[in-house]
Amino acid sequence: MRRLSNNRNMLTPAIEIENLSKEYPHGFLHLKRKRSLENLSMQVQTGEVFGFLGPNGAGKSTTIKLLMRLIFPTSGTARILGRSIEDVSMHQQVGYLPEQPYFYDYLTAAELLNYFARFHGLKAADRQERVQRMLKKVGLETAKKIQLRKYSKGMLQRTAFAQAILHDPQVVVLDEPMSGLDPLGRREVRDIILELKKEGRTVLFSTHILSDAEMLCDRVGVIVGGKLRGVGAPGEMVGIEAQGMEILFELNGTGNAFPLLDKATKTGERYRAQLPEADLYEALAELKAAGARILSVTQLKPTLEEFFMNLVDADRAQANAVEVNAQ
Amino acid sequence: MRNVWAVASNTFREAVRDRVLYNLVFFALLMMGAAILVGQISIGIEQSVIVSLGLTAISIIGIFIAVFIGVGLVSKEMEKRTLYALLAKPVQRWEFLLGKYGGLVMTLALNTAAMAVGLYVALWMVKHPLDNSDWYVLVAVYLILLKLALIVALAMLFSCFTTPFLAILFTAAIYIAGVFAEELRTMQAVDLAPSTMKFFRGVSYLLPNFENFNVMGAVAHGRGVPASLVWQDTSYAILYAGIVLAAAAKVFSRRNLK
Repeated sequence: MRRLSNNRNMLTPAIEIENLSKEYPHGFLHLKRKRSLENLSMQVQTGEVFGFLGPNGAGKSTTIKLLMRLIFPTSGTARILGRSIEDVSMHQQVGYLPEQPYFYDYLTAAELLNYFARFHGLKAADRQERVQRMLKKVGLETAKKIQLRKYSKGMLQRTAFAQAILHDPQVVVLDEPMSGLDPLGRREVRDIILELKKEGRTVLFSTHILSDAEMLCDRVGVIVGGKLRGVGAPGEMVGIEAQGMEILFELNGTGNAFPLLDKATKTGERYRAQLPEADLYEALAELKAAGARILSVTQLKPTLEEFFMNLVDADRAQANAVEVNAQ
Repeated sequence: MRNVWAVASNTFREAVRDRVLYNLVFFALLMMGAAILVGQISIGIEQSVIVSLGLTAISIIGIFIAVFIGVGLVSKEMEKRTLYALLAKPVQRWEFLLGKYGGLVMTLALNTAAMAVGLYVALWMVKHPLDNSDWYVLVAVYLILLKLALIVALAMLFSCFTTPFLAILFTAAIYIAGVFAEELRTMQAVDLAPSTMKFFRGVSYLLPNFENFNVMGAVAHGRGVPASLVWQDTSYAILYAGIVLAAAAKVFSRRNLK
């Protein structure tokens, strides 16, 4: 697989979004308008893995569908690799994995990939070679002759990955690539994204799982209620500072009681204690003195749900304040 | 055209794998049964009965496939979201539509051709050898295929902007109205105002005239079909289907997928 990054490309953004808005008609006779995206502007740099974070219904999929021209903007523009999203030939360089992908279930994985490869102008021999390579890459080599209707969710997701990267695209857009996957499947998807990054491709993926974003992304953008709340490296962006520490330990024998034990909760043979970061070393010393076996020490961070709930609550508070002022 | 052909061949494959062509078994049984029965009960009109029955069956089965599968060509893809990954490829939306259309017309052509073979076998069972006038049946089958191609275009147009149920309803309504387009045009109703008559006449020219494609009566009685009619019908079907498909492409090109 070729490496795609070069110095010149690193300077130009792979994806540029300018004041993108999307309104949907709704209600009786479609007379009302609902805004699902509001003046979104952001850039994804060439060669970076960019996580698009937000709770369900925040506007992540809407943005991605706009980029893939599955829906059309009410206002604003977007470019991929410097070319308008209206330019169909630009899609030669873009791979897309839809949310909860569903393909023609009467086809086998090999047939589906061969079919999609035809739209990239590949000759029959090239297609054969590329399809085999992709099936191997996503671990579907042995299942290539089974119809997709018999595939599990994980296998479908791997097929979706294969079709997204089949044509060696420079930009890969993934809509909730880990949704509905078991831990093993998620691990496989993470590995594929890391491999894409290693190959120098630009990856934009949406998720509402913070740990995925932290693990994979160079930068993240957070969207809530159709508005972009900020863009930056995962740590600085989400502003997550450790809220404390958690120690998981086991006691050998009964031993004497010690202060940390009062704060700990017991599950089976294990104890779990949460404490301020400043008290960590003192607690570790207590455990050492008690002869405890320390299993893990972890930073406590707010969950993404809490983070988003704060943003949503702030949103509502602001909206209420505006309403009161107006009255 | 590479993209159009790719979509068309996949649509054809889908129809084959979804067992659309199983209707041929029903048709074969119908024709065999009819041939045996007609041989026993009719004297001198075997050819007419077999041809009429065969062409009617070809037409009705074809209309069912054209309407129901035609409507599903686009709506099923939108509902199941199978076209998301496809439209994110370097494919124009009109190429997708034209490919789907071409795929179903190919399926109908194969289906109609196979049924025509069945009709000839039944005809041969009641009357052999076949004579020259029997080959006019092929012309009738060709005109039925043109009619079906036009119905598919209408079904696709409606499915681009409304629900599958309404699209089926609209297509059926246009078909029925189109069968009576000629009557609407020449209608002489004494109690209607001249402006109303003008309106109906105008509407009759807008509707697809499906009776143009019906030569069943003539063929069943061994009469020929003028070559000029075949040319006119071919041009009419191509032009009308072209306009309908262009309208469908226009609607679909700005359609938001959910």
